[in-house]
Amino acid sequence: MTTFAPRASRHAPRLRRRSAIPGFTLTFGLTLTALCLIVLIPLAAVISRSAGLGMGGFIAAAFSDRALRAYELSVSCSLIGATVNGVFGLVTAWVLVRYAFPGRALLNAVIDLPFALPTAVAGVALAGLYGGTGWIGAALAPLGVKTAYNRVGIVIALTFVGLPFVVRTVEPVLRDLATDVEEAAASLGAGRLSTVARVILPALAPAWITGFALAFARAVGEYGSVIFIAGNMPYRTEIAPLLITIELEQFDFASASAIAAVMLGVAFVMLLTINAIQAWASRSSR
Amino acid sequence: MSDAAPLRPLGPRAGEDPAWVRIGLIALVIAFSVLLLILPLVTVFTQALAKGPGPSLAALADPDAIAAIKLTLLTAAIAVPVNVLFGLCAAWAIAKHDFPLKSLLITAIDLPFSVSPVVAGLSYVLVFGLQGWLGPWLQTHHIQIIFATPGIVLATIFVTLPFVARELIPLMQAQGRDEEEAAVSLGASGLTTFFLVTVPNIRWGLLYGVLLCNARAMGEFGAVSVVSGHIRGLTDTMPLHVEILYNEYDSVGAFSVAALLCLLAVATLVLKLALERARPLGEDTDLARPIGRNPP
Repeated sequence: MTTFAPRASRHAPRLRRRSAIPGFTLTFGLTLTALCLIVLIPLAAVISRSAGLGMGGFIAAAFSDRALRAYELSVSCSLIGATVNGVFGLVTAWVLVRYAFPGRALLNAVIDLPFALPTAVAGVALAGLYGGTGWIGAALAPLGVKTAYNRVGIVIALTFVGLPFVVRTVEPVLRDLATDVEEAAASLGAGRLSTVARVILPALAPAWITGFALAFARAVGEYGSVIFIAGNMPYRTEIAPLLITIELEQFDFASASAIAAVMLGVAFVMLLTINAIQAWASRSSR
Repeated sequence: MSDAAPLRPLGPRAGEDPAWVRIGLIALVIAFSVLLLILPLVTVFTQALAKGPGPSLAALADPDAIAAIKLTLLTAAIAVPVNVLFGLCAAWAIAKHDFPLKSLLITAIDLPFSVSPVVAGLSYVLVFGLQGWLGPWLQTHHIQIIFATPGIVLATIFVTLPFVARELIPLMQAQGRDEEEAAVSLGASGLTTFFLVTVPNIRWGLLYGVLLCNARAMGEFGAVSVVSGHIRGLTDTMPLHVEILYNEYDSVGAFSVAALLCLLAVATLVLKLALERARPLGEDTDLARPIGRNPP
């Protein structure tokens, strides 16, 4: 971003370059006020309530055996889901950008379904399809494969909610990728596979990693689509957000806040990571 | 394109995959999206109509279902305009002005997308609940926020807050400030400039943001579930009603309300597609792209 002040400002450097466009004070003030009232102060309440536990109490509540199992479940299933999306998202973006085939427009539209479909609806739909009486659940049951009320079900739900992220981050980069680089590689004798591996994939890497991180971040905090298909057995199929609601139902606000504070920490780290990847991507694309 | 013809033909054509790769990848992607996207949608409708259209329509005509639909519509009717106002203010301040720590503000706006909806709901319980910061004061003044409509609306505003802003900020940053500066220097007031110069430039992006914000506002589950208290006919939104019916093993009822929400999602996707077709080139923005970065 260019922030060079015009030559006229050879006086003391000002905090803010005056824009000729009015309305800064009003819009900035409203933005900051709304952000504080709606987002920051309520989130501060979570930190404050969990800090009220003291160090020992916080560790006991936030890192109890049950909570640790829940984090492990949420993180590992989210990682698997994001990885599945990483592979299929890349292939989907490739197919959407490079190939013409009947149904391409429909595929393109349907990819965004997880953004538009309420998570609770996704939850009951996936449970209805992959559960014991569902079409897929019933078809796989004789083979001894259970696709709901276990980790497989959780991974299916988390794959669903993260599905559009990799596709939609990789797709524009792939579309803008000049084909002459590929042609150059091919004309210099590179095989198709090595052109893809050495020319195309490295160019897509920053967008791909961003999409992966977005899908993971979304999956870790996901609640609605998971609880219907997870089974929700303590220590086994109980995701971290569910544990917060369980503590809350028992009016144990402090424990709920402690777990929430940990999840908030994960969210912060993911947000900063995604920002750093973005900054790296925009630098490397120059 | 270079004028000179290539010296030798490059196989079938450079950058083109063999037919078996093409067909294989297309089949893979279609199979994946049928399993994960199409079949779940079909499941909702077949389950809803498992006993014919009669019971399904009866489930939707149930007073509790109608109350849930009304509450969902009311919530969206409040949350979406708030979101538009916030998005316009944030985008105007960020895209048309310079100030220190701008990227920090942009990150903070993005926060509700990273925070688990359940944590969002909990945070409102801790502020407005009986044991919360404002709980005692609210109780003496007989104002109920948690387990009531205001809490549901507030939680929805929290989770939808970035939608319009993250649509508008990159768009308005890419468009620059020249047109607004010209209008102002010719004597137009700020509001005139905004309505006559900026709004025509951003209307597609704004509509796009409103569309997605509305879908999320009507469909939010986690945050609303924490603050609602699940009182049937009173604090029950459509997604919460799906959960209640599902847990009562009322499959037809649950999937009928779910089918109505599916129709909302399908309508959202159709409108989104129409907007993308109608949107002039250069207003291309992407749902999943993090905000605040100018396209290179």
